[in-house]
Amino acid sequence: MIESNLPVLIILSPLCAALICMLLTAIHRELGRAVVVLAVLVSLVMSVMQLRLVIDGGPIHYAIGNYAVPYGIELVIDSLNALIIVMISLIGFLTVLSAGNFSDRRPLVHGAANTILALLITGLLGMASTGDVFNLYVFLEITSLSAYCLIALGGSRGVVSAYRYLLVGTIAATLYLIGVALLYGATGTLNMGDMAEILDKGDHDNVMLLASCFLIPAFGIKMALFPFHGWQPSAYTHAEPGTRPLISGVMGKLPALAMFRYFYCIFGTDFVYVKYMMAVLGVFSVIGMLYGSIMAMWQSDIRKMLAYSSVAQISYISLGFAVGTPVALAGAFLHMLGHAFMKGGLFFCTGAVRFKYGTADLNDFGRLYKKMPLTGGLLTLAALSMIGIPPTAGFFSKWYLALGAAGQHEWIYIAVLVISSLLNAAYFFKLIEKLFIQKSSGIRERWSSRELELPVTLLVPIVVCFIAILGIGLCNAWIVDVLMMSLEGVGL
Amino acid sequence: MSFNWLSWLPLEYRPLCAVLVSLCASGLIYVLGEHVHRNLREGITLSAAVIKIILVYSLIPAALAGNEVKLELFRIVKGVSFALSVDPAGMVFACVAATLWLLTSVYSIGYMRGHGEENQTGYFAAFAMCLSAATGLCFAANLLTFFIFFEVLTVATYPLVVHYRDDEAVASGRKYLAYTLISGQIFFAAIVIVYAVSGTMDFKPGGFLTADMLPMPWALIVFFMMVGAGIVKAGVMPLHSWLPAAMVAPTPVSALLHAVAVVKAGAFCTLRVVLYVFGPELAKDCGGAQLLAWMAVFTIIVSSFIAMRKTNLKARLAFSTVGQLSYIVLGICILTPFSTAGALYHIVAHAFMKITLFMAAGAIFVTTHKKDITEMVGLGRRMPVTMGAFAAASIGIAGFPFFAGFVSKANIIFGAVEAGQPLFVATLIASALLALAYLMPVVLIAFKKEVDNPDFREFGEANPRMLVPLVLAAVLSAVLGIAPNLGLHLFDLSLMAGNSIFDPLM
Amino acid sequence: MTMINSFLAEKGIYLLTFILLALGVAGIITCNNYMKKLICMNIMQVAVIFLFLCLGQKRGGTIPVALSGAAEAAEYINPLPHGLMLTAIVVSLGTTAVGLSLLLRIKEKYGTIEEDDLLYREKLLSMETQRTREKLKKQDQQSKDK
Repeated sequence: MIESNLPVLIILSPLCAALICMLLTAIHRELGRAVVVLAVLVSLVMSVMQLRLVIDGGPIHYAIGNYAVPYGIELVIDSLNALIIVMISLIGFLTVLSAGNFSDRRPLVHGAANTILALLITGLLGMASTGDVFNLYVFLEITSLSAYCLIALGGSRGVVSAYRYLLVGTIAATLYLIGVALLYGATGTLNMGDMAEILDKGDHDNVMLLASCFLIPAFGIKMALFPFHGWQPSAYTHAEPGTRPLISGVMGKLPALAMFRYFYCIFGTDFVYVKYMMAVLGVFSVIGMLYGSIMAMWQSDIRKMLAYSSVAQISYISLGFAVGTPVALAGAFLHMLGHAFMKGGLFFCTGAVRFKYGTADLNDFGRLYKKMPLTGGLLTLAALSMIGIPPTAGFFSKWYLALGAAGQHEWIYIAVLVISSLLNAAYFFKLIEKLFIQKSSGIRERWSSRELELPVTLLVPIVVCFIAILGIGLCNAWIVDVLMMSLEGVGL
Repeated sequence: MSFNWLSWLPLEYRPLCAVLVSLCASGLIYVLGEHVHRNLREGITLSAAVIKIILVYSLIPAALAGNEVKLELFRIVKGVSFALSVDPAGMVFACVAATLWLLTSVYSIGYMRGHGEENQTGYFAAFAMCLSAATGLCFAANLLTFFIFFEVLTVATYPLVVHYRDDEAVASGRKYLAYTLISGQIFFAAIVIVYAVSGTMDFKPGGFLTADMLPMPWALIVFFMMVGAGIVKAGVMPLHSWLPAAMVAPTPVSALLHAVAVVKAGAFCTLRVVLYVFGPELAKDCGGAQLLAWMAVFTIIVSSFIAMRKTNLKARLAFSTVGQLSYIVLGICILTPFSTAGALYHIVAHAFMKITLFMAAGAIFVTTHKKDITEMVGLGRRMPVTMGAFAAASIGIAGFPFFAGFVSKANIIFGAVEAGQPLFVATLIASALLALAYLMPVVLIAFKKEVDNPDFREFGEANPRMLVPLVLAAVLSAVLGIAPNLGLHLFDLSLMAGNSIFDPLM
Repeated sequence: MTMINSFLAEKGIYLLTFILLALGVAGIITCNNYMKKLICMNIMQVAVIFLFLCLGQKRGGTIPVALSGAAEAAEYINPLPHGLMLTAIVVSLGTTAVGLSLLLRIKEKYGTIEEDDLLYREKLLSMETQRTREKLKKQDQQSKDK
């Protein structure tokens, strides 16, 4: 019973929690949060089960409410999004777990924050699972609306960033709808698989070309790809501190997955202009990688530095799409998984530092490793992974990306990968220098305990991210095998 | 030597254990270091060093017999496995690194305590990490495994370079990172290209690349992209300047950098790339080997002259290292069996001699706080053993017979003669004289008879924890000169490596 | 002339929709007042709703509500775009609600919803936090020195 309905249960569990969270918070302050934590944990367990099912039995097609497929909404779980769903629910769980430490004193706001966080997770899970282009829009908007709210909860600067993001995000959603309208007009279907078949049969190149002109900016804005990234740095910086790992680590990846679905699963190789579209994407990625890293170098606020580094890192993923061979696509998805834990981990660390010392200024990080050894350890590991030092996750995604680019004789992409890692090294070693070498500044502890450097709910995410970064690095061959189950025959 | 009692541990797992033992030691030291007594912490280092020596030595018979010892552990990326294997060339370097780890560890304990250094835990942890990476380098069976250890070594050395955590240390740390990371990333790009064109990564004596995989201009470009990482670490000019800058670190670190692991890893990387990836034929045909050889010649001569002008003892030794490492690079690039064997043996010889010199410099510094050569007048009378060892090692570096340096240089010269390169022969001989010219003055100043320097009245000989390893290293470098095959058969291994590359049938 | 007429008759509605969309986007970009930006955002969303409804249109079809006289599907216009746009309207309602409440907050915290005023005040704010941070640090230093 549970097994056959897994795809929808994973999404429903946090949704139900979100619906009852406010009510429960009215009864007792922490009750609502407890239910959300539990619900996301349930999702996590089920998503692992689902991943096992997909690996053993191939893709799952699930028709919601048993409506026949091209008419009803379908959830399609192949090995790609099964892995991504595990990633979302794991980081979502860790975020919900640690967010309690940053909660607002007012019980209503506290309850609302948890409700919205659960909704955000619902939206992300839905975006990953859905096989219907309009359903994707709905989940995209659920994600974005909850993200606006969570960013607005981060103080007065957050409200302004959230408003700007809302305007830009709505433009993106509108552009996406126009793209959908064009494709629906040409094919008369909204189901991804059905649409791909119909597009295959007829001559729809012009429609696809026009649609992709709307879709690239739409997804570009949502994933903060250069040059559509303007809203991102301030939004990531000022978001509600407890939710930053999820917002900055995971939220940008789902539009990227959607972009992949459009260009490789729906349009596919029969779209004659796909090469050119991917070349445009490649140019954006190349400039974005350099621009993001260079901007990150000048920031003294660590959150802003990490936000700009995300602009560069998301370009790694789109670079993989631009190369388009199965190996490069596998690299892009590996980077999606790895980067979520790296960036999430870095934000968990900055959150922990903020929790303990109330600062996010890089200059206050002097000799932090003595006071917070685990946090310092994860910061270092994640930084090394961002640079791409083996055996961390970042190295191996770079390896597959570069290998794919070499296979296509795209030497410029390899050169840019190398330069970008070196620029990453320039600012991440600044962080490492601060952590280990610079004299500690006079920051005061707000929280102290004799046994632990941090509360357990903050330590667990840090330890899990540490293990995940190393684990994804060392088990990358297995992960790529799983990814390849869906990528074989997809690429250019 | 017999290692039958170790037979419960299968041969192919021993390289892995040799890597893991120092990795575990590093982790243990980092986690426990601040919480346990320092003697226990140093106990971890020493016991790991002893276990590692046993493990590495126990592999020698297999390597000598030419047995295939290979362990494919898991797939590191799709299509390439994490593989460790034992071959003569790697064995030579592994023996050196393992032996000298023990010596430097004992010495470090004396130095760090004698000097009252801070952050000793981090120091010993990073040191063990470096050794783990260096051992991994020796046994890596394919390029990717090699690269992983290479980068780990790069990163693990960084905390050692910035050990003092002052502005100077930070500056040289940045310089070190700039040089090694840039060259490392370019190496990475080249590895990707090599894998894309050849579809294999396994090291093969004589190389696995052929001219039709990489057409001419590409071959040269990829050659230098790969060799670049090696020669940056080995300090070949004009890419050497991080090495003298890194002299701000404590002396045992310099000893490690110069003698045990880091620069040797660079030389070893050059060896693997030139002879096991490209192979003599392609290296010669693309013109890379000749260019590299001339860079080495340039470095040998120029660095000797620079060394003469340095009055800081450690800086002088640093430039001596730059020159000596280029011997190895030159030996590799001459591309004959003898020169390759000589180059490999020079890794051994130079390691023992240079570590003696650095340990002596460190012992002088800890005991008298003198860094400058001009201040060392009359030091020999106070520290006769230290300075005696220094003198012996200096003569060895110059390549006098009955010292290890002679064996290696003689072989490189044989190789050069065989290859018909009289200019290389002349360079090697001239540089021997130059080495004498920059190292002997130190000895002569120290043993000046007529002066009785008042600075040194209160000092005696160095602390025995520093003195013993130092004398041991000096003795070993003499012993290896008289009987190059003693115990470990290092010379036979070098010859085997040379022959296997140039005559795969042998 | 007839060509233009027939073009307008067939595709004119798309042209109008496009103009509406362009107006909305241009307004978001150029307006200085955040409230106006929000209104323009709504105009833009309405344009897309029109676009979808045009797709569902067909000559001679009636509204997609079951009528006694018409049994064939061909007699109705496509109901799906209407259904989709109901969802889109709900989403745009939600977005507008969130936008309005954010605007209230901005007005509350900054006292203005004009963009250039806001930028100026943000700058002041960041300078102030910088100053208080430095002050705190100095106090810390002083208390330590004592």
